[in-house]
Amino acid sequence: MKAPDARRWIIPAIAIVFALGAPFFAPAYRTQMAFLWVMIVFALTWDLLGGQMGYNSFGNVLFFGVGMYTCVVVQRDAHLGYYSALFIGMAAGAAVAVALAAVIGSGILGLRGHYFAIGTLGLGIAAGELAGGWDFVGGGGGMVPPLFPGVVGGRETFFYYLCLAIAAMTLPTMRWLYSGRFGLAINAIRDDEDKAEAMGLRTTHFKTTAWCISAFFLGLLGGVVGNLLGFVDPREVAFAGSTYGVWMVLMAILGGKGTLWGPVIGAVIFHITQELFWTYLLGWQRVALGLLIVLIVVFFPVGILGWARDRWPERFGRGVDETPTQGPA
Amino acid sequence: MENLRLLFSAPPLSVQLLLDGLLIGAIFALAAYGMALVWGVMGIINVAQGEFVMLGGYAAYYLYTAGIHPLFGIPLAAVALFALGWLLYRTVVFRIVDKDLFISILATYGLSILLQQLANVFFGANVRTAESGFGIFYLMGGAVTVSQIKLVSFAAALLVGASLLLFLRRSRMGQAIRATAQNARAARVMGIDTDSVYAWTFGINAAICGASGALVAMTWIVHPYLGLPYTVRSFMIVIIAGLGNVAGVLAAALGLGVAENFAGFILGAEYQTAFIFMLLVVILVWRRFWLARQRRYLA
Repeated sequence: MKAPDARRWIIPAIAIVFALGAPFFAPAYRTQMAFLWVMIVFALTWDLLGGQMGYNSFGNVLFFGVGMYTCVVVQRDAHLGYYSALFIGMAAGAAVAVALAAVIGSGILGLRGHYFAIGTLGLGIAAGELAGGWDFVGGGGGMVPPLFPGVVGGRETFFYYLCLAIAAMTLPTMRWLYSGRFGLAINAIRDDEDKAEAMGLRTTHFKTTAWCISAFFLGLLGGVVGNLLGFVDPREVAFAGSTYGVWMVLMAILGGKGTLWGPVIGAVIFHITQELFWTYLLGWQRVALGLLIVLIVVFFPVGILGWARDRWPERFGRGVDETPTQGPA
Repeated sequence: MENLRLLFSAPPLSVQLLLDGLLIGAIFALAAYGMALVWGVMGIINVAQGEFVMLGGYAAYYLYTAGIHPLFGIPLAAVALFALGWLLYRTVVFRIVDKDLFISILATYGLSILLQQLANVFFGANVRTAESGFGIFYLMGGAVTVSQIKLVSFAAALLVGASLLLFLRRSRMGQAIRATAQNARAARVMGIDTDSVYAWTFGINAAICGASGALVAMTWIVHPYLGLPYTVRSFMIVIIAGLGNVAGVLAAALGLGVAENFAGFILGAEYQTAFIFMLLVVILVWRRFWLARQRRYLA
């Protein structure tokens, strides 16, 4: 009995030591490591809608950008100390993102299938264009968050731990959500929304709640990433539909959408690949990423966990599940 | 709102915007009809539509630098893009024809990013235009100007559209395409090679986008990142008009051109792109409430 127990704890223990110690083992890679956690949160929050609820959103980056802008505006205008302004800004960013999700949710989440996908795509890009034209938030030039007051290099370490903390909050939250009635409800919406509604499920309520949860974590994350990078650009950073917006989807699909750990695995693999592209294919990295999207979607749409589940069904504690988990066409 | 008052105090300005919008609209109609064709026949929403327009523009631009007048560049750009569309179908798109719509959206979105970034690497991020050397008409005592190239491109767009319709009505392949759109399985049973029909459809779509891109290069500018707005415009036009409704596509496209021009003037040019994407969201949400009120099944 003792051996399996030890083996069960060894992987989480390594992961925790690695996560907490990374800034000390590899100080040169703190920003990249912080982005690993960012990517994991991206993939997890996307999968809450895309994988578990069947609402494939290309516009979740909207909440990320709104959180980022709110946080930096609070930091600029609040006239508080650095840390209090930062944390109030993050909270405000999350609050504004959730409020926005709640307000537009009833309209947007009524769209089905590909109309939802294209509608949210439009939403994310429209937000970037609006922010790019609005002088209060710096217009097309974007904004610069205030300088970090600590020692040189302390900024990366500090924001690394903030990103880690948000990722460490997101994963258990998702696990808790999927394990209960909420998870069952959104899975029912994915499988057949009209039947779910006919069974008396308040689908709009559940859909909006799911979107708000997604928006909460993305809004919180936005402020941190804005400060980590040190600048906020409307189209390339905050509302980066053709990078972050697509990567969210891609990471969840690569790992296996509709599972808890799939997005995490997908995010880790994708992030490493992407960093390798930046290192070895400089100048061509965006081309390589476009190619990667096409290849993954066309040749490997089941994802790693989906493939593993078909390959070794007994390890997943179930018989062979012939019906792939997919949203309504 | 300064500009709105200006619009009321100077009526010729409205005429100017209206004319420009109508002339733009015909070019939108071409790309939109291509999208409707692919959507109706293959069941794919092609997000790379705007990138085909962009590449058509570059084809016309490079032919122009090689000394070929842009007007002759139109058919050449169409042929080049037909080849590209065919190639893309044979390598990538045939794998997603019978997959669910989300996979096809994501895959063509990937294609769109790929083509956009390739264009950025090969053609550079600079703004290009193919000078056609046409003059300008002055109407209403010089208050309204119409550059002749816009009139020419309007006529060319209508010509390309008409020849496409004629092709679909009259030719064997056109008949096969329409048969496949009606019922792919029945078409296969009747001996139509639907795979080749799909390849042709995708190629034709790329070709008309290429032609409209050549017109864009003549009348406005091309740069690697202009794709997505064209895709979104096409999508909007198609959902307003419905699949297979030619007159509707033309009317919606002209309307969109006019709306966009007025919005660009009233809100300021920096919000013109934002207006397109906001309009998309508004139209989608409005359509959903309209369908719900009609008690129609939400699809």
